[in-house]
Amino acid sequence: MKRVSAIASNTFREAVRDRVLYNLILFAVLIVASALLFGQISIGIEKIILINLGLSAVSIFGLVIAIFIGIQLVSKEIEKRTLYTVLARPVRRWEFIVGKFFGLAGTLVVNTFFMAIGFFGALLYLAHKFERADASLLAALYFIILQFVILIALALLFSSFSTPLLSAVFTFALFVIGTFAQDLREFAAMTSGATKYLATGFAYIVPNFASLNVISSVAHGQPVATDLIVYNTLYALVYAATALSAAVIIFENRNLK
Amino acid sequence: MFAIETLALEKTYHVGFWRKRPKLSLRPLTLQVNEGEVFGYLGPNGAGKTTTLKLLMGLVFPTSGSAKILGMEIGDPRMKAQIGFLPEHPYFYDYLTAHELLDYYARLSGVPAQERKRRIDVALDRVKLHDVNKVQLRKFSKGMLQRVGIAQAIIHDPKLIFLDEPMSGLDPIGRREVRDLMQELKDQGKTIFFSTHILSDAETICDRVAVLNKGELKGVGVVADLTDKLTGTVEFQFEGAAAADALRALGATVHATGESVRAQLPEAMQDAAIDTLRRHKARLLSITPVRATLEDYFLGKLDALQPQENFEVAEAGR
Repeated sequence: MKRVSAIASNTFREAVRDRVLYNLILFAVLIVASALLFGQISIGIEKIILINLGLSAVSIFGLVIAIFIGIQLVSKEIEKRTLYTVLARPVRRWEFIVGKFFGLAGTLVVNTFFMAIGFFGALLYLAHKFERADASLLAALYFIILQFVILIALALLFSSFSTPLLSAVFTFALFVIGTFAQDLREFAAMTSGATKYLATGFAYIVPNFASLNVISSVAHGQPVATDLIVYNTLYALVYAATALSAAVIIFENRNLK
Repeated sequence: MFAIETLALEKTYHVGFWRKRPKLSLRPLTLQVNEGEVFGYLGPNGAGKTTTLKLLMGLVFPTSGSAKILGMEIGDPRMKAQIGFLPEHPYFYDYLTAHELLDYYARLSGVPAQERKRRIDVALDRVKLHDVNKVQLRKFSKGMLQRVGIAQAIIHDPKLIFLDEPMSGLDPIGRREVRDLMQELKDQGKTIFFSTHILSDAETICDRVAVLNKGELKGVGVVADLTDKLTGTVEFQFEGAAAADALRALGATVHATGESVRAQLPEAMQDAAIDTLRRHKARLLSITPVRATLEDYFLGKLDALQPQENFEVAEAGR
């Protein structure tokens, strides 16, 4: 456990020192400018627009970090041969993968936390007060973090056997497909025969990012059901753990030429 | 117990995308390294030295055969806590300072928190980097990085240290420092296994050497024995350029710098050479029997050496 936390904290430190958190500045500019701009117009929907824009920005900024750092977590260490000196120590390969995963997940949690502060600040500026319904915004932010957790595990999985570029393509493609997971499942239900099995299998294998995206509904003040929070938490943890286990199995048997 | 023991350790890679073809990187290698010795692993570039080290470090898996380090199987975490490794052309996390890097590696090696600071200070002192321990590694020169690399290999006080080309890219002072450090580690009873293609370094510090070429072990020898052998040649040093041509006529190999001349010729010609020097009134400085060098042994073992194979015999230092 000590080794996993050492690897995780080093990964976090790398992200901070490589100025990954500088994206917060861009986010701050965007959210402040939006709040000021929407404050000028008063047609009753400025809050909805700000929530949509703010949460989408949190999601997109994090998505870019999760994919582009996620795919490099292992490949960069192999390419620069830093991995050799790590694995020549009493570090098991799975500890390395799990440490890397938690390091980037931690980075994104911290990043999202600061974005959330900016976002709520902008919301307070615009609406002058918080309402009880705004609590569902926290659930939406939590779901966004769950999406990052799945994406990091997928990026690690792909990068355990593929090139960084292909890993980025695969991970992003799965994110896009996963956004339409609900539609895929409905489509699969309408087919028949062998197609039904194939389509259903595919629809359930791709990560269900659709149910993790509640931005639009919370923007309209709809609450998030507790059941959904429990279901999404379990789903994200099981999905990420499965992807991470597959990454570990591949990495355990890989020759580090 | 041997520090390192390999039994028919073999590695074949499969290269190509669709139609993979085998590429033999290391032929079955059986080798023993004793505890407390400095063992040089010599060979031209591409001989299989790094492959051997990667196999021993568990970075690649053998096609067949086995190996034990300190009596334990490769990959055993207990064994890994007792070894240090410096890869070839090391590159470290350049966003860290030397102190942070060593702290990270010490944590991975299980050095207790209360011990870490002291160990880091000792290691940094040893590689003379204490003054720059707060500087990020991205500002370090190649030589400094190599020294950080050695520091990380010894931070957890290992019994056995693997060094892959530890002198490559270093200036003469840096090489000397690394050699001194290796000698210091040997004096402390550590076992050192190091690969190199610079023969003078191996000759200076190794107890034994193995020669590898094209993935095959060509020979193992004790350096003192190899370099003790007389070659049947003597070297004359004298002043008097006029005598140089006369010695050349006797079949000597002559190197002249102004009036100062060095000439090598078979021992049987020694008296004739002395007569010649007297005749030409040359001033004789010394006559020394020429001993075998590691280079002779090395070249003798590389029977199939091709001219395009790049190794630095030029650096053999004589």
